[in-house]
Amino acid sequence: MSGILASMIDGVLIGSVYGLAAMGLSLIWGVMDVINLTHGSMIALGMFGMYLLFTAITGSSAYFLLIPVIAAGLVLGIIVYWLSVSWVIGRPILTSLLSTFAVNMMVIGIGTAIWSTSPYNVNFSLPGITVGAYTFTGNHIAAAVSAVVIALLLELFLYRTRAGKAIRAVSDNRDAAELMGISSTRVLMIAFAIGIALAASSGALVSTLFPFTILSGAGYQLKSFVVTVLAGLGKPFGALVAGVLLGLLEGAVSPFIAVSWIPLIEFGLFVLVLIVFPRGIFGRATA
Amino acid sequence: MILRRPLLWAILLLAALFAWLPLRANNVALREDLILVAVAIILTSNLNLMIGYTGYVNFGHIVFYGLGGYVGLYLATVRGWHLVLAALVAGVAVSLLAFLFGIGILRLRGAYFALATIGVLVAVQAFVSNFEPWGRSTGMYVSFDAYAPLGGPRHALWTTYFLIITVMALSLILSLAIKSSKFGLGLFAIREDEDAAIVLGVNATVHKAIIYSVSAFLPAVAGALMFFKNGMIDPSIAFEYMLSLEGIVMLMLGGSGTVAGSALGAGLYERLRSYLLTSPRLSEFHLVIAGALLLLVMRLAPGGLIGWLYRLVPRSREVVE
Repeated sequence: MSGILASMIDGVLIGSVYGLAAMGLSLIWGVMDVINLTHGSMIALGMFGMYLLFTAITGSSAYFLLIPVIAAGLVLGIIVYWLSVSWVIGRPILTSLLSTFAVNMMVIGIGTAIWSTSPYNVNFSLPGITVGAYTFTGNHIAAAVSAVVIALLLELFLYRTRAGKAIRAVSDNRDAAELMGISSTRVLMIAFAIGIALAASSGALVSTLFPFTILSGAGYQLKSFVVTVLAGLGKPFGALVAGVLLGLLEGAVSPFIAVSWIPLIEFGLFVLVLIVFPRGIFGRATA
Repeated sequence: MILRRPLLWAILLLAALFAWLPLRANNVALREDLILVAVAIILTSNLNLMIGYTGYVNFGHIVFYGLGGYVGLYLATVRGWHLVLAALVAGVAVSLLAFLFGIGILRLRGAYFALATIGVLVAVQAFVSNFEPWGRSTGMYVSFDAYAPLGGPRHALWTTYFLIITVMALSLILSLAIKSSKFGLGLFAIREDEDAAIVLGVNATVHKAIIYSVSAFLPAVAGALMFFKNGMIDPSIAFEYMLSLEGIVMLMLGGSGTVAGSALGAGLYERLRSYLLTSPRLSEFHLVIAGALLLLVMRLAPGGLIGWLYRLVPRSREVVE
């Protein structure tokens, strides 16, 4: 029994990292109505960004390296925005799906050429906490704390700054926001860059927990979709909560079934939630 | 009348050429090249029924091909059925399954549907990787005596080749037939504006579930034939995500929504891909080139090659569908 409890606590810790990844997807989806299919490859680039920084700068704590990863994520986000998103805003959703997906293929292609598809890992570990027979590894705790801190910073940015207010305004009603003198193109670019930075930072956190390959992002992308629809669109903080819930669920079932079944459960959940709660569990009742 | 349409005769001519060219010189290398082109055309033209005709992106189209391969291989080797029967039953079984999936996920509109199709792929792959009768993650092999009913391995390879060419021709004819039918017009209406189509009396749910199921049939048959020919199957080659995605590139390249475009895009891209994969310097970059190609086509020629032809020679619209 206590084994399940320990597994569930661990699930919550990892779930907050899922939540962080989903926040990036949710922000972009909510603000500009673009489903960002570069999400998975950006998570993977976050992993490799952390790996490269950690091997280059010896002796530093991996978690301080999140700051340069986030900064690089913002720059990368702006590049990807101009490459694949700026010209599809307002076009049918099919166009943005395919254009972001094209960039995803290119990133995966380049990544495979550089790093092949063999696994890498960030060799860093913090001391864990032992409770009875179970040990919670320090990395899992530190990753969860980092994810929550980043999520809180985003929440502060969105609700306490002028730029954040502009993002929320564009998200609610782009035309009205433009009439109020908000430059929606710049706001969209900033929101996209933040979304990518969130994806990259979650990837960086995952890289301290598990070994990874350039293709690892795809699994986290699927989890992000599940979490985003659980939370309802454009609700970044809801995404964090839903991510924790997904982690909790994984933690609760993982002692009983093989890991390879988990995608099946997640997908079932995804479709079920979409059909039963089309606006998300935390979504508004009316549009 | 479909018989009056020039494209039908072009399709039959193409199939005849595919069958005759390698046979004439007994050229096995050419046959292996053409079989890949034929499979690409089968997958792309059926994907076109969803993306081009109905406006619903299916990212997991390869799942039909892979599942068809599994069912077909299982029936042909473990149960000892004749290949043609096994392939047809595989097609029917996968279509039925697609219909059931379709009823569930086609309640989702637009982008949500597209995401659900990624989920279908991941979920089916997870299921097959854990399914004991199909060899879990190690897959299945075709035992040598399974080729005996077709007159031995050498003969069996040619037989499967001709069968795949037939499926290719049928795929293109199916696209052509749907395009001018009332059912096809219903699909186009859904693509242009689903709400308006429903108001005008198109039963969108039934249309979508049927076309999703129809688009599964021939790819599943082709999967059964192709994996039988290859002699083995496992989850990673049966459900190759990248192949599913490259199908979309092929379609956009040729011209989404057109019959000729799906064949042209598939043929050109497949040859390019084979060239890149065998070239020592470029083999690692074929995905990069595919992605860049997709981005360029979408930005410069959203109608693909056929759309470009339409603009250049407007009258070609009457002949090239």
